Amino acid sequence: MKQWEVVIGIETHVQLSTQSKIFSGSSTAFGAEPNVQANAVDLALPGVLPVLNKGAVECAIRFGLAVDGEVAPKSVFARKNYFYPDLPKGYQISQYELPVVVGGKVAIQVGQGDAATEKVITLTRAHLEEDAGKSLHEDFHGKTGIDLNRAGTPLLEIVTEPDMRSSAEAVAYARALHALVRWIGICDGNMQEGSFRCDANVSVRPVGQKEFGTRREIKNLNSFRFLQQAIDYEVQWQIAHIEDGGRVEQATVLFDPDTGETRAMRSKEDAHDYRYFPDPDLLPLLIDRDWVERTRAAMPELPTAKKQRFVADYGLSAYDATTLTASLEVADFYEATVTVAGKAAAKPCANWVMVDLAARLNKDGKELADSPVSAEQLGGLVARIADNTISNNIAKKVFEALWSGEGQSADEIIEKQGLKQITDTGAIEALIDGVLAANAAMVAEFKAGKEKAFNALVGQAMKATKGKANPQQVNELLRKKLG
Amino acid sequence: MSLTLEQVRRVAHLARIEISDAEAESTLGHLNGIFSLIEEMQAVDTRGVEPMAHAQDLAQRLREDRVTETNRRDAYQAVAPETEAGLFLVPKVIE
Repeated sequence: MKQWEVVIGIETHVQLSTQSKIFSGSSTAFGAEPNVQANAVDLALPGVLPVLNKGAVECAIRFGLAVDGEVAPKSVFARKNYFYPDLPKGYQISQYELPVVVGGKVAIQVGQGDAATEKVITLTRAHLEEDAGKSLHEDFHGKTGIDLNRAGTPLLEIVTEPDMRSSAEAVAYARALHALVRWIGICDGNMQEGSFRCDANVSVRPVGQKEFGTRREIKNLNSFRFLQQAIDYEVQWQIAHIEDGGRVEQATVLFDPDTGETRAMRSKEDAHDYRYFPDPDLLPLLIDRDWVERTRAAMPELPTAKKQRFVADYGLSAYDATTLTASLEVADFYEATVTVAGKAAAKPCANWVMVDLAARLNKDGKELADSPVSAEQLGGLVARIADNTISNNIAKKVFEALWSGEGQSADEIIEKQGLKQITDTGAIEALIDGVLAANAAMVAEFKAGKEKAFNALVGQAMKATKGKANPQQVNELLRKKLG
Repeated sequence: MSLTLEQVRRVAHLARIEISDAEAESTLGHLNGIFSLIEEMQAVDTRGVEPMAHAQDLAQRLREDRVTETNRRDAYQAVAPETEAGLFLVPKVIE
């Protein structure tokens, strides 16, 4: 059996979060009535001229800086010619030979936990272009309905080198890119609304072969799950096809989520002959150093830098730091928690945010932004564990109480419900004496060599303290008394 | 360089222009005339000259990111051949 290597490159269409379109003053808001946000420029009425949106260019500069690519001092808009009813001009304004961002890189995490390693995906380019409208193929008496609200919405198309070697790496890249464009505020990342769409170029080759195999492009994948499923299906299809003696033909394929299969689109021999040429309606886009530097100064701390700072300042593991910088919301929440709990409690704060809070949010199907427990409240809770006011077990109770709104702060709940940890040795000893007296049979069993009886006694003692004693301390005191 | 009749037909098809055989023949003549002109121009030494993307040596003017347009759908759709539920209707396209 031959061993196969998978080769994947990804093109992503990122919808830029501008108020207006890339070449006109129409709104880009999602969900409006059909065609109410399509003006003369978007409809390609005769005599109109495109005027470039500064906000869209600003987004491209931010992206170029975030991936450490080159922001081109001069880039050129070109016409990509094809005919389709949702493209009224008969061409899409895009960038071809001179894109706005050249090169760049995105780091991804391959594998889980401590076994995870970092891999860098190289970007080829990123260019500005306009989106097309939407065709509705439902029943309009045998006709197609056209909604041009989306026509002219600014997109940044981000293209990678064929650097990925599995569907897992492809998904890791897509997730990292998704987090990054949201982090730097250039895209809302809403995949249901089509704000972030991936095309995957997939090919296979025998392990050890230098040349790439022939690729097929899977279009328009708008969820990470579909991306994974489509690539997995495509890879096994290509391998089976070649092993059966077939040859892969270059093609564009669509993924059907219902069947989990990819299928080739009706082949159009002209599909790739776009006859690009510079758009005479638009002059070259010039971006001077000054503009780039002003944009750089206004950028938030980037995920990689934040991650390194979390490791250095808070003593977190690389894995924890990566998890906590998965999005700006998580990173901000974590830092706000540490600010309240104190830097010494940075590690328990990480655990509470990544494990307890994440699990609780997951259970209720909530996003971090809708968390009933704020970072300040969580920080206040962790602070009380750190200073031994409560045990970890009790903390889980307090957390649950905060979640259900039984109090404004951990302190208030601890006070109101009398959850303060008993650390006074005398008080605990008194309780233990009571337990020993009431459980003479167990004591006898323990003395006869049954270790199990000891655990039962610890359980009784903890029960007697209503869980408010430190289990370790109870353990020690009990052993001393029985010793 | 000169074009073939087949290339002329292909370009016409890509541009969705219907041409007759006679038109293809005469267009071939016109286009080859243009190509020979281009050949003459290519004799000029342009080494070290940066290609221009536009006839005017100017930079693109930018507009602020502001919504300046209002809904004028009724006016635009008044001249459309067919509309329904706010949509423009076109002959069925199947992908």
